[in-house]
Amino acid sequence: MIDVLKDPIAWIGDLLRTWLIGLGLLPEFVTFLLQLLSAVIIATAVLLLTFLLIWAERKIVARFQDRVGPNRVGPFGVFQTVADLLKLVTKELITPTGADLVPYNLAPLITVMSVVGLWAVMPLAPTVLPADINVGVLYIISIGAIGMLGILLAGMSSNNKYALLGAFRTVALMVSYAVPMVLALLVPVLLSGSMGMQAIVEGQRPIPFFVLAPIAALIFFISSLAEVGRAPFDLLEADSEIVAGYNIEYSGLKFGMFFVAEFLHAFTISALTATLFLGGWSGPWVDLYPVLGMLYFIIKSSIVYFVVIWIRGSFPRIRIDQMNALNWKFITPVALFGLVFTAVAEKLAVELGLSRLLTHVGANALLIILTLLALGIYARSARTKFESGTKAG
Amino acid sequence: MLEPWVFIALLLGAGMLLPGVAIVANWLLSPKKPNALKESIYECGIETVGDTHVQLKGAYYIYALIFVVFDIEAVFLFPWAVAYDKLQLYMVLEGVLFILILAAGLFYAWRKGVLEWV
Repeated sequence: MIDVLKDPIAWIGDLLRTWLIGLGLLPEFVTFLLQLLSAVIIATAVLLLTFLLIWAERKIVARFQDRVGPNRVGPFGVFQTVADLLKLVTKELITPTGADLVPYNLAPLITVMSVVGLWAVMPLAPTVLPADINVGVLYIISIGAIGMLGILLAGMSSNNKYALLGAFRTVALMVSYAVPMVLALLVPVLLSGSMGMQAIVEGQRPIPFFVLAPIAALIFFISSLAEVGRAPFDLLEADSEIVAGYNIEYSGLKFGMFFVAEFLHAFTISALTATLFLGGWSGPWVDLYPVLGMLYFIIKSSIVYFVVIWIRGSFPRIRIDQMNALNWKFITPVALFGLVFTAVAEKLAVELGLSRLLTHVGANALLIILTLLALGIYARSARTKFESGTKAG
Repeated sequence: MLEPWVFIALLLGAGMLLPGVAIVANWLLSPKKPNALKESIYECGIETVGDTHVQLKGAYYIYALIFVVFDIEAVFLFPWAVAYDKLQLYMVLEGVLFILILAAGLFYAWRKGVLEWV
């Protein structure tokens, strides 16, 4: 009975396994069956989670804009998304003339698949990790790239210039911001000495990496916001410029799938930030009761997700030239030097026997001061150039 | 050893199958009354001229090139980061030198004006 309270998921898994082997099935086949079961459960759970996410986001953004938000269907309007889904299900699926049918129909599926696939390596609790592969971080990067492929397919196959523009903007955005994201991901790998997600969470048991490497954490958060295409990086579907971007020619649930993927991806990057930098499931008494880890994980992810919505409610959309300048002239150099500073600081702390926490905080503070100095010099030269230009003109 | 990869394959399959089922349900439930006007390509007031797949800015290509360079460098850096605990100080400094060469390439492109979006 105590085992059930401590770790219900492992307990149910063991129960099912004993029962199925008792039926006379081969152990390998039982393992396969259980994996199939958990894969279907995880995919269904995250897709159903989207209902809640869309409702929460609409409600919170409404509060930021001094509105009430959905409040008619169900208590606090919680079933609004279900009503929206029922409406979308009965909509006619329109295929534009001249569309490339195979990629056109494949694109929404690939987009959803890439987001669901990210949950395969998400450590939910000390004992619950769907797939503990030793290249977890590389897996995240590669699956994220497949999501970009889905959006590119949608834009290219729709036979619409707005969609094509949206697709090209997406590729420019995601290709650019993948660089600082990968560089920021190197920091937790370096600090924990492993690419496995469970090992990275274990490495943050005393101090989360957010404290040791705040700059890398911030860069990862910003660049993954760009990967998702959320505000302020939502220029791939800027309504006022290119109407809706890549998904303009989609209707019914085919459009709904892009919508689901976008919202789910936003929560997934929140969960990834919580796992990689905020300590994931780690917290007090987690060794005693592994099921508490899931609670900590959900709380941390929700806090980061709230910040994502907060940013959406606060910032205007950036232009494409600003987007590229911000990435290549600011975030990427800072990410490069952040990696250098962390690598040297960690080694120096070990070699000289210094306090690990103080060395890392000092290195990050030094980097922040240097960045501010460089920004000041750049701003001054830009201002001089601007003023001399206006005098001459 | 192979077990987690089987699970990932199953999860990716489920991630594709579930939206597929939803779209098929939509197709079964929805009205089907296509006509030429409905299926025409969306435009915003004025019909587009010429082929959809027009030539786009060359700047996209240059950004893609810089990205490829950086991504390949990152692939080399991941083993270095995994083996970090076993490295001596001078080996870490060699990795730092590698990153600095990378940064020099970025600053070279910057000075050449490649990063300006015109």
